[in-house]
Amino acid sequence: MKVLVCISHVPDTTSKINFTNNNTEFDKNGVQFVINPYDEFGLTRAVWLKEKQGASVTVLNVGTAETEPTLRKALAIGADEAIRVDAEPTDAFFVAQQIAAVAKEGEYDLIIAGRESIDYNGGQVGGMVAALLKWPFINACVGMEIEGDKASFTREIDGGKEKLSAPLPFVIGGQKGLVEESDLRIPNMRGIMQARKKPLAVKEAVDAEAKTKVGDFAKPEPKGAVTMVDADNMEELVKLLHEKAKVI
Amino acid sequence: MASDLFEAPDYYLVDELLTEEHKLVRQSTRDWVKKEVSPVIEEYAQKAEFPKHMIKGLADIGAFGPYIPEEYGGAGLDQISYGLMMQEIERGDSGIRSTCSVQSSLVMYPIYAYGNEAQRKKYLPKLASGEYVGCFGLTEPNYGSNPGGMITNYKEDGDHIILNGAKMWISNAPFADIAVVWAKNEEGRIHGVIVERGMEGFTTPETHNKWSLRASATGELVFEDVRVPKENILPNKSGLGAPLGCLDSARYGIAWGALGAAMDCYDTALRYAKERVQFDKPIAAYQLQQKKLAEMITEITKGQLLVWRLGQLKNEGRATTAQISMAKRNSVEIALKIAREARQVLGGMGITGDYSIMRHMMNLESVVTYEGTHDIHLLITGLDITGHSAFK
Ligand SMILES: Cc1cc2nc3c(=O)[nH]c(=O)nc-3n(C[C@H](O)[C@H](O)[C@H](O)COP(=O)(O)OP(=O)(O)OC[C@H]3O[C@@H](n4cnc5c(N)ncnc54)[C@H](O)[C@@H]3O)c2cc1C
Ligand SMILES: Cc1cc2nc3c(=O)[nH]c(=O)nc-3n(C[C@H](O)[C@H](O)[C@H](O)COP(=O)(O)OP(=O)(O)OC[C@H]3O[C@@H](n4cnc5c(N)ncnc54)[C@H](O)[C@@H]3O)c2cc1C
Repeated sequence: MKVLVCISHVPDTTSKINFTNNNTEFDKNGVQFVINPYDEFGLTRAVWLKEKQGASVTVLNVGTAETEPTLRKALAIGADEAIRVDAEPTDAFFVAQQIAAVAKEGEYDLIIAGRESIDYNGGQVGGMVAALLKWPFINACVGMEIEGDKASFTREIDGGKEKLSAPLPFVIGGQKGLVEESDLRIPNMRGIMQARKKPLAVKEAVDAEAKTKVGDFAKPEPKGAVTMVDADNMEELVKLLHEKAKVI
Repeated sequence: MASDLFEAPDYYLVDELLTEEHKLVRQSTRDWVKKEVSPVIEEYAQKAEFPKHMIKGLADIGAFGPYIPEEYGGAGLDQISYGLMMQEIERGDSGIRSTCSVQSSLVMYPIYAYGNEAQRKKYLPKLASGEYVGCFGLTEPNYGSNPGGMITNYKEDGDHIILNGAKMWISNAPFADIAVVWAKNEEGRIHGVIVERGMEGFTTPETHNKWSLRASATGELVFEDVRVPKENILPNKSGLGAPLGCLDSARYGIAWGALGAAMDCYDTALRYAKERVQFDKPIAAYQLQQKKLAEMITEITKGQLLVWRLGQLKNEGRATTAQISMAKRNSVEIALKIAREARQVLGGMGITGDYSIMRHMMNLESVVTYEGTHDIHLLITGLDITGHSAFK
């Protein structure tokens, strides 16, 4: 069984987000990057497939050389090999075309993507890859079992769960539930050493076009300061709501 | 304890001197410490109990013998990686770091460097996996800074030796499975001997009532006519230089480790100072508090550069004992000063177990004494630069 895990390289959730160039570009200065959390659940599930069902695990990122530490970390966690498609990932369709090209060439049996990438939150890549390959797509996947050439899944849906099945090959958009938070692995020193020797192939991007173009970004208004009003002072409260907050 | 918000200072962009692999080693260790150490360490320190369950986690992450080759169960990492691991672990607690230092540098290292192949194969993989915990017996009740005077000794008896004597202040002693013990032979020459728990006449009473390294177990090693097979003697090095070689490796780790404790104190004090308001302003806005914080980050930054350079020299096999002494002494001294100042920045809150500072401060009182006291390291530098020994 050959598993391809798509890894998006995203700012750590505690990063301070800023934009440069008239709010058209994300400011990477001082930002620490990590494996997209949704992808980390998928990667861990893939490593289980390796350990329990003898799968081989390839991790893939579409990005520039600066994403390689993220791929190395995935190798240290347990993936067998890594591929980086050397390109600036300009939009979801561009990325999906790159992933689909790698998937066709490598004859993978399943592709684990994340439900969404927490940087640009598109939630599109997995579905697009599935469409390009004409494979089934199971999004918001919280459970996946594989037996022979069939797989069964659990999906999170509004207010409940949906169980479904599909033949291999397929694409999932994974999230917590594939494995639990406590199952996530911190790379250990032996894993880090082994990662040194594992292959990280850099591939040229295939010709593909981005379909969208970003205008600019805007940050939410900073939260205002809190004004405390004494519980007995109704008059003051009404006055503030009327004159300052202008909500009544 | 409050949740662990630690953010590492890097004022001089020292990270740019590290490889991606170093940063992954550090981040992984930091993540492990935040997950496994920070949430429980205060409780264990208050109870004066070693969190024994951490042995497995420390082994899994690779904190036992990170620089020992893979064929013996280590990770085969370089010295800067080892240093960064010690920094992160001591950022959590000096006691936990002590356990790693002892296991890696004082037990695995001598078996690796002075042992024969059979000894390496027999002990190193089990020590790396945490199946065995080891301790290192050098200090004696009457011979601390002057270990060469030790009384512990052995006599030959066929293919065994008969070991007598006592060691004191031994980290991990109360639960260790094996002890690397330094003892004199009949000619008075110091040799390393591996003593196993269960050998008749070998006991390990625990030392109680410590105000420092409370989350680390300390004890004695007592030998009363203990029959040890001769094959347990480390054959490849003898004399005082043998234990001192181990100390070089452990002290190097402490030089990084103490900086970790300093960083934790600084980070806590900086965050607190920005949040704590007195006289209508955050206390961080007052010059006296800024002086403390500014001096802390200055010393940490100098220390980071010192240990990084020492790590490079160690990787190249060029770090001298005297260079290691200087770094150990400097790191611990600044860490202690920073802990004391940081504690004051927190006012009354600084003395509680809600913050790590007071625990670090008390721990560092051991760290400044063990592995060569603050004074002794100064004398080592003094000897090195003047050529005159001021020890005796
Ligand atoms: C204006 C703009 C500029 C950008 N600049 C950069 C940049 O400079 N560097 C950069 O790294 N990214 C950059 N990106 C982000 C990059 O375009 C995204 O990776 C891609 O657009 C997918 O985003 P998404 O939010 O649609 O992903 P989603 O559809 O939310 O992602 C779902 C899943 O798809 C997979 N996936 C997503 N992206 C990748 C990827 N790149 N490689 C492998 N798997 C992936 C993951 O498994 C992820 O969980 C930029 C995006 C925009 C809009
Ligand atoms: C918590 C803890 C854990 C320890 N773990 C271990 C362990 O695992 N294994 C082990 O073997 N040992 C261990 N030690 C022992 C430690 O290494 C010794 O305490 C240390 O070497 C100092 O020895 P001492 O306590 O006998 O002090 P002493 O040597 O008696 O020193 C007392 C004071 O005199 C000063 N002094 C000594 N000689 C001179 C001199 N020539 N000139 C000027 N001043 C001098 C010292 O600097 C010190 O201030 C541990 C100690 C502690 C506290």
